Amino acid sequence: MSDLSITEALTSDDIVIEGTVGTTTAEDAKMSMRNVNVFYGDKQAIKNVSLDLARNQVTALIGPSGCGKSTFLRCLNRMNDTIPICRVEGELKLEEQDIYAKKLDPVLLRARVGMVFQKPNPFPKSIYDNVAYGPRIHGLAANRAELDEIVVSSLQKAGLFGEVKDRLDAPGTGLSGGQQQRLCIARTIAVSPEVILMDEPASALDPIATAVIEELIDELKEKYTIAIVTHSMQQAARVSQATAYFHMGHLVEMGKTEQIFTNPTHELTENYITGRFG
Amino acid sequence: MTSSTLIFVVLFLALFSYWYGIQRSIKVAGGATQVKKLVSLPRQFGLLTAMWCGLPALIFLLVWTFFESTVIEALLVQSLSVEVQQLDQSALGLYLNDVRLLSDSSAEVLQKADPDKVFAAEKLLEINRDAAWLKSGLVLILCLSCVAFIISRFAVDFRARVYLEKIIMRVLLACSIIAILTTVGIVMSVLFESIQFFSSVPPWEFLFGLEWSPQMALRADQVGSSGAFGAVPLFAGTILITIIAMCMAVPVGLMTAIYLSQYASERLRSYAKPMLEVLAGIPTVVYGFFAALTVAPFIRDTGEALGLSVASESALAAGLVMGVMIIPFVSSLSDDAINAVPTALKEGSLGMGATQSETIKQVLLPAALPGIVGAFLLAVSRAVGETMIVVMAAGMAANLTANPLDSVTTVTVQIVKLLTGDQEFNTPKTLAAFALGLMLFVTTLALNVAALKVVRKYREQYD
Ligand SMILES: Nc1ncnc2c1ncn2[C@@H]1O[C@H](COP(=O)(O)OP(=O)(O)O)[C@@H](O)[C@H]1O
Ligand SMILES: [Mg+2]
Repeated sequence: MSDLSITEALTSDDIVIEGTVGTTTAEDAKMSMRNVNVFYGDKQAIKNVSLDLARNQVTALIGPSGCGKSTFLRCLNRMNDTIPICRVEGELKLEEQDIYAKKLDPVLLRARVGMVFQKPNPFPKSIYDNVAYGPRIHGLAANRAELDEIVVSSLQKAGLFGEVKDRLDAPGTGLSGGQQQRLCIARTIAVSPEVILMDEPASALDPIATAVIEELIDELKEKYTIAIVTHSMQQAARVSQATAYFHMGHLVEMGKTEQIFTNPTHELTENYITGRFG
Repeated sequence: MTSSTLIFVVLFLALFSYWYGIQRSIKVAGGATQVKKLVSLPRQFGLLTAMWCGLPALIFLLVWTFFESTVIEALLVQSLSVEVQQLDQSALGLYLNDVRLLSDSSAEVLQKADPDKVFAAEKLLEINRDAAWLKSGLVLILCLSCVAFIISRFAVDFRARVYLEKIIMRVLLACSIIAILTTVGIVMSVLFESIQFFSSVPPWEFLFGLEWSPQMALRADQVGSSGAFGAVPLFAGTILITIIAMCMAVPVGLMTAIYLSQYASERLRSYAKPMLEVLAGIPTVVYGFFAALTVAPFIRDTGEALGLSVASESALAAGLVMGVMIIPFVSSLSDDAINAVPTALKEGSLGMGATQSETIKQVLLPAALPGIVGAFLLAVSRAVGETMIVVMAAGMAANLTANPLDSVTTVTVQIVKLLTGDQEFNTPKTLAAFALGLMLFVTTLALNVAALKVVRKYREQYD
């Protein structure tokens, strides 16, 4: 198999995927998903995926584009609800609580499971108002002083405060790409979520801004549980503790990041990793 | 030949030249089998020949028709007696008018007429005949010589394609110039008539006068025959009705846009949007009698039941119906503006745990605001220029009032009123219509420019 080229290997239908190899469960799971299937209309985008997000760890989701990483990530805070044709099946739990339960309000769920997007998307408001957006909506601050404190500490945690402390009233859209993405991270942590989902958060940034974000992710895991989608193998290796490899809607292999990158079990994983690393 | 027959002849010749050009090009190539040697297609040779045949001749005809009457008049006057030549402008005009009438008249009439004029009429007929011959001859010569010229240049490497492109480009250019010149012409004529109006009524009286009663100007024998041309009541009426229309159209239109773009299912949207478009397609005259026959009486009856005195033609009725007319306009433009806000922003807000209405209020609407303001300004300019509904439903009385239950009149209504029926031109009364038109034009132009500026600025923000 190793004499096949990477594209041949990744597109060939010869390889039958039977379940997932490796460890998908965690001892201390913050979120646990079992037998998840996702459909866009008639088309199935996620096929019987089960995995846990370990508490205070970074879990990386990798795989060729179109394999369903974003789709899976967006199930975790019910962002897929905004797409009318999207249907999610299976058991998805946050701390033993079924997040697709009828009674559960997706608005409250999204305050607990925050999301950072691929392209920085600050609101066309001031830096201050961007960060204060969530706390205001959820009534987290009783007065202006408390709100100020939340804004400042969120910006500090996102490593942006030093750069913007003199211009909190300037529009958020005027910052550089990397700063905008850190602003979006600050905005997300301002509502004190428990889990942060990141969908290729650094793919639109230059290498230096990327390094800053990666360092930040490493610090954030002290407080939050993080799932990150990335197409950069190096990034997954640097920031994550667990890695899940997706292939055409299947979860092919999952395990400790170190093991996945040095000693993958499944040939698809190996092909993907070696292909990218050259 | 008359000009219209001549045009047909030229077109026929052009058709023939098309065929002839193709034949010639094949001949130049050295037979049908050798056509590949030509750098352009035979069809292009044909088209080029047809254009050379038709275009110069048609342009010549156009220019000829434009100057014909002036030149013929001058020639006629020159051939007449010295007394006629020394008549002043208006007398000469009258004299020539008589002559023209006589030239079309029967023999009986001619016998009774002034022999000098009869002589002139005969002279005129003669000149006309000569001119027609000259025209036909010149056009045909032009056609033939142009075709001969272009054919003479045919060769294997003649780039008919390139010349054809150039001609087509010029024709397109000419068409766009016609559109621009027409606009400029309309503006100029309105401007000149307005200047004439302002020479009899001072601008400040027109702009700031509180009384509008142009009717008085008709009765020249009466005191105050200059009439009262204070346009303030008209503009006040226009503004009142526009405000009422906007109060109706903006909230309803905007909320429709929000509902359709954010909440409605795909299915509902596919029904609702075309239905809104139907609303936009109803002719305004239909809205007009809906306003006059249904809404106005309803408002009057309701008002009476509540103990209010309501005019049978109220600003409220006209404004409300105009508002309904503008709803689809506001909603479809706002819809575009809301849809142009990147999904990333919406998802960003939803992802923070904001509800849909919080997202709309705090993120979507502020981001779409410039586009919505543009829609608003365009809607205002439509309301200001709308005529039919107000003619039928708002009334004619130039009341200066802010009471929506009163009857008011608008600028457009007064323009219609001043210019319909038998009117003498050059009186301040008719000229006033041009001054009002100019004001209206300037207002809507300013609104449109402002709207376009706002919309463009907003585009730059996201692209
Ligand atoms: N809104 C959508 N409607 C229909 N199909 C979609 C939609 N979003 C994604 N898909 C499909 O689902 C599959 C997985 O997409 P995605 O999760 O975006 O992949 P990834 O993020 O791994 O590149 C793809 O085949 C894609 O075409
Ligand atoms: Mg993706």
